[in-house]
Amino acid sequence: MIYFVAFAIVALLAVIVVQIGKLSDLSARIKGEEAVELANNKTQARISVGFMIFFLVVCFYSAYYYRNEMMPYGPLKSASAHGFDIDWLFNITLIISTIVFVITHVLLFWFPYKYRMQDPKKKALFYVDNIKLEMIWTIVPLVTFIILVAMGITQMNRLFRPLTAEDKFIEIEATGYQFAWDLRYPGADNKLGNKDFRLIDPASNSLGIDWNDEASLDDIVLGGTDKIVLPKDTLVRVRITAKDVLHSFFLPHFRVKMDAVPGMPTFFTFRPVKTTKEFKEELRKYPEWNTPSDPNDPTGPKRWETFEYELACAELCGKGHYSMRRVVEIVERDEYDSWLKQQKAFYPEKIRGTVADPWDGKRLFPNEIKARAEELKKDIADYIANTDGTANKVIQLKHVFYESGSAGLNSKLSKYELDNLVELLNKYPNLRVELAGHTDNTGDAAANLTLSKTRADNVMQYLLSKNIAAGRLSANGYGQTQPLDTNDTPEGRKKNRRTELRIISK
Amino acid sequence: MANISIHEDDILINEQGFNDHFHEHHHGDKYKTNFLSHYVFSTDHKMISKQFLITGMFWAVVGAAFSVIFRLQLGFPEESLAWIKPLLGKWIVVDPSTGIGKLAPEFYYALVTMHGTVIVFFVLTAGLSGTFSNLLIPLQVGARDMASPFMNMLSYWFFFTAGVIMFYSLFISTGPFAGGWVAYPPLSALPQASSGSGTGMTLWLISLICFVISVVLGGINYITTVLNLRTKGMTMWRMPLSVWSFFITAIVGLLTFPVLASGFFMLIADRSLGTSFFLSDIFIAGQALDRVGGSPILYQHLFWFLGHPEVYIIILPAMGIVSEVMSVHVRKPIFGYRAMVYSLMTIAFMSCIVWAHHMFVSGINPFLSNFFSFFTILIAVPSSVKVFNWLTTLYGGNIRLNTPMLFTLGFVTLFISGGLTGVFMGNHVLDIQMHDTYFIVAHFHLVMGVAAFFGMFAGVYHWFPKMYSRFMNETLGKIHFWGTLICAYAIFWPQHYLGLAGVPRRYYSFDSFEAFKHFADMNKFITIFAIIAFFLQLLFLINFFYSIWHGKKMTNKNPWKSNTLEWTTPIEPTHGNWPGNLPVVHRWAYDYNKDDREYVMQHIPLKDGEVGDH
Repeated sequence: MIYFVAFAIVALLAVIVVQIGKLSDLSARIKGEEAVELANNKTQARISVGFMIFFLVVCFYSAYYYRNEMMPYGPLKSASAHGFDIDWLFNITLIISTIVFVITHVLLFWFPYKYRMQDPKKKALFYVDNIKLEMIWTIVPLVTFIILVAMGITQMNRLFRPLTAEDKFIEIEATGYQFAWDLRYPGADNKLGNKDFRLIDPASNSLGIDWNDEASLDDIVLGGTDKIVLPKDTLVRVRITAKDVLHSFFLPHFRVKMDAVPGMPTFFTFRPVKTTKEFKEELRKYPEWNTPSDPNDPTGPKRWETFEYELACAELCGKGHYSMRRVVEIVERDEYDSWLKQQKAFYPEKIRGTVADPWDGKRLFPNEIKARAEELKKDIADYIANTDGTANKVIQLKHVFYESGSAGLNSKLSKYELDNLVELLNKYPNLRVELAGHTDNTGDAAANLTLSKTRADNVMQYLLSKNIAAGRLSANGYGQTQPLDTNDTPEGRKKNRRTELRIISK
Repeated sequence: MANISIHEDDILINEQGFNDHFHEHHHGDKYKTNFLSHYVFSTDHKMISKQFLITGMFWAVVGAAFSVIFRLQLGFPEESLAWIKPLLGKWIVVDPSTGIGKLAPEFYYALVTMHGTVIVFFVLTAGLSGTFSNLLIPLQVGARDMASPFMNMLSYWFFFTAGVIMFYSLFISTGPFAGGWVAYPPLSALPQASSGSGTGMTLWLISLICFVISVVLGGINYITTVLNLRTKGMTMWRMPLSVWSFFITAIVGLLTFPVLASGFFMLIADRSLGTSFFLSDIFIAGQALDRVGGSPILYQHLFWFLGHPEVYIIILPAMGIVSEVMSVHVRKPIFGYRAMVYSLMTIAFMSCIVWAHHMFVSGINPFLSNFFSFFTILIAVPSSVKVFNWLTTLYGGNIRLNTPMLFTLGFVTLFISGGLTGVFMGNHVLDIQMHDTYFIVAHFHLVMGVAAFFGMFAGVYHWFPKMYSRFMNETLGKIHFWGTLICAYAIFWPQHYLGLAGVPRRYYSFDSFEAFKHFADMNKFITIFAIIAFFLQLLFLINFFYSIWHGKKMTNKNPWKSNTLEWTTPIEPTHGNWPGNLPVVHRWAYDYNKDDREYVMQHIPLKDGEVGDH
């Protein structure tokens, strides 16, 4: 029904329109075409001038009205160093174009008024050409435009100059994907590690960081909705990449925009000059920014209070394009440094010791060696001190490693653990222990039994070589018979392959 | 008086005209037409031009309706759009608890994409160039028809096919293509990236390849006709500016559209044959693709190698029409005829070496963009020459302020307003901030969107009598003009402010961003004017179709007292345009108020001591 009514209204309007048309034709015929045309000219000429005045007034007034909402003006002046240059060039261009705009519009709408046809017999000016005029309005714009573009080119080349170590910049990486951004910070070494899209695993390594690259081991990944924190007055170089389609890294308040292209990292360098706090304080001075942030909640926080620097996507990337928001927070340098220290590197938190860790069993990091030494010392001391028999007498030798696929001890890596053990055995001379080797269930059970036995023997040999009395040590292999966990997952199998220290007596 | 002059014209053409033995070739049964060959598979350039115009109108309504729907979502995000559900079906998602219907984001992007594609290609390229090049080139250079009428017909039918395929793509279940009219890969190349990049994109590509064929066929014809079929005495420097602009447009189109087609073929290969022209290092939908070594930037180069000249392909014919129509109604020669031609040529040439200004922040070498920025800014020089020449043309005229004339004024104001913002964006360092914000949306809609429409309207109102032997209604025309002009500025002027606030284009919703969400009133304002503008165009359509059958009849062969040759043809158009000999041209097209005569048509012989060229 409602569609029928709508249709009827449109049809009715159409009829009315046609009738207006007919009427005007009819009146023209009655009054005489020429008279009507001249009368029309007069009306149109007046409307034309009226429109010009109205239009120019509205243009200027509306620009004035919105002045504190627009980026180059009021509280929204650039928050980055290069942005001031951009804003300045914008304003120069604006002044020139406003002058041209006003002059041309006055002429464009005033000439029709002045030269409207009032008498069809009147002769119009036969004015074909004027080389001097043509030269003027070729050369004046030419010179103006060349100056403008020269200023632009100078700025551009300054903005994208190659950086040197003296710039003391920090480099971060932004990766766009449908429909969010992941940020990566370089950690203490100030170097971002390599990455490769083939290494991406949505669960454990969403950026595809290559953990074989030493530089990546201390990289910090800021996923989810964490604020992107950056220091004031420090040059920040953003490496911009994309995982799936094009995105664009847009920081409107900093005059920063650069597309994120899969397969080709892009860069943008900028220097933030106002902290979020300072920017808010500036906004606070303007009445526009003292209105409620949520119009439906007049008593809620004001606009300046809810303000945040924001990262947006500026290249259409699919249905969620409009939602790729991240908050950026600019803080003083010392605040940034302490923030950065609190951030946990991705690798030790999420990757170390998992099946995705390429360094598992191949490398120990100094902090791990130290922590492990403390742990082992504590485990044994606990056992010694314990009197009621509740202490665990089975201790995993977590840092004992073998050459892959053989029974040979990887003494380079294992020496830390075993030397610690030697020290403890010397400290507690009454301690007698059994070294127990275990495997997972891959392969032949009998072979596994032999393997575990040989490995335990090899550990014992190491200890003997460090002058531990043979009577205090024994070595046994249990193969796959005593699994700690399921053998169905790589994680479980990893747990089951182990060497244990079983304390016989203290 | 009027009748006598017609009579004199006929005698003049028959006595002094050029006999090309037209009748000896075409008399007899061969020339008789039936409904199908007259209205459908016509080879007559006048009929083909009407076909282009009316097909263009259909697409303009569709394209504008798309924009109204997505503007509703942007302007009234809280209101329910459930009432459009009968039309859009599953693309309106109704929240079962509140009953509020919203446009699905996928379909919002599909609408944005289709709005751009349809308006740029089908309306402002085919509808504008197709209509007026076809109508005016043969009539104004004094030719019987196009060089190859059959190819001309093919050109229309390829365009029609392109339209049918595109229209069909609107109705498929995965939706039409939704990756922006520029169709950047990888978004457009991978169906995993967006539902519209599946079948919708395949159809989009096929449709546009048909369209490129249409443009090429048409362009070859326009160029050949202008070069070879000018009547006796019609030297290049006597051609009206309209013909000059169609000619130059056709050359630009012929040079650049095939490059677009090559880009499309490579995209098709990437989509269907497993190549990696534009793909590299992609992890999507939980999977790393085995496609490395390509570059998405390469597509952008190929696309914009057409894409930028394309905006001039759109605006140059409008400029030519405006120059011609303005001169007729100002009753003055166009100021600086040769400067106008040279500036057309300069613009056309430079339009082909500025394409990467669309890519300043796309990851091309920032130092490379220096060159593109330089030439981009320089292209403003010939453009401003044109504007100043138009203004000087108005100076000292005896101006008839009828609808076609008003639309030329509208064209110039929009071209200035939109053109000036081009100086901002063309400067690459400013473009860093402006790129892909509402500032560019305002810029190009004014300078090549609405301005080109205004040029087209000027042409339609002006040459309607030539097409249908009747006039369109003046009163409705004036309402249409002022209404549309006000709406155009009300819609696009505020978008400069949005852009300067940093609001990115192609956003379905602004709510999640502190910086973008405080312009709800402005968005509402824009949407309301967009709706009004849409209905004003329906007014134009009513005027147009009503006038075809019921408009005021044309009683005089040359109602505007114009100089150009199309007004020497009979009121009722005939095949071959002139019933007898072809007119012979003795002078340029702009002898208005030269001496005691108000106007002197091009085929009037020179008096003693008179010069025919300027």
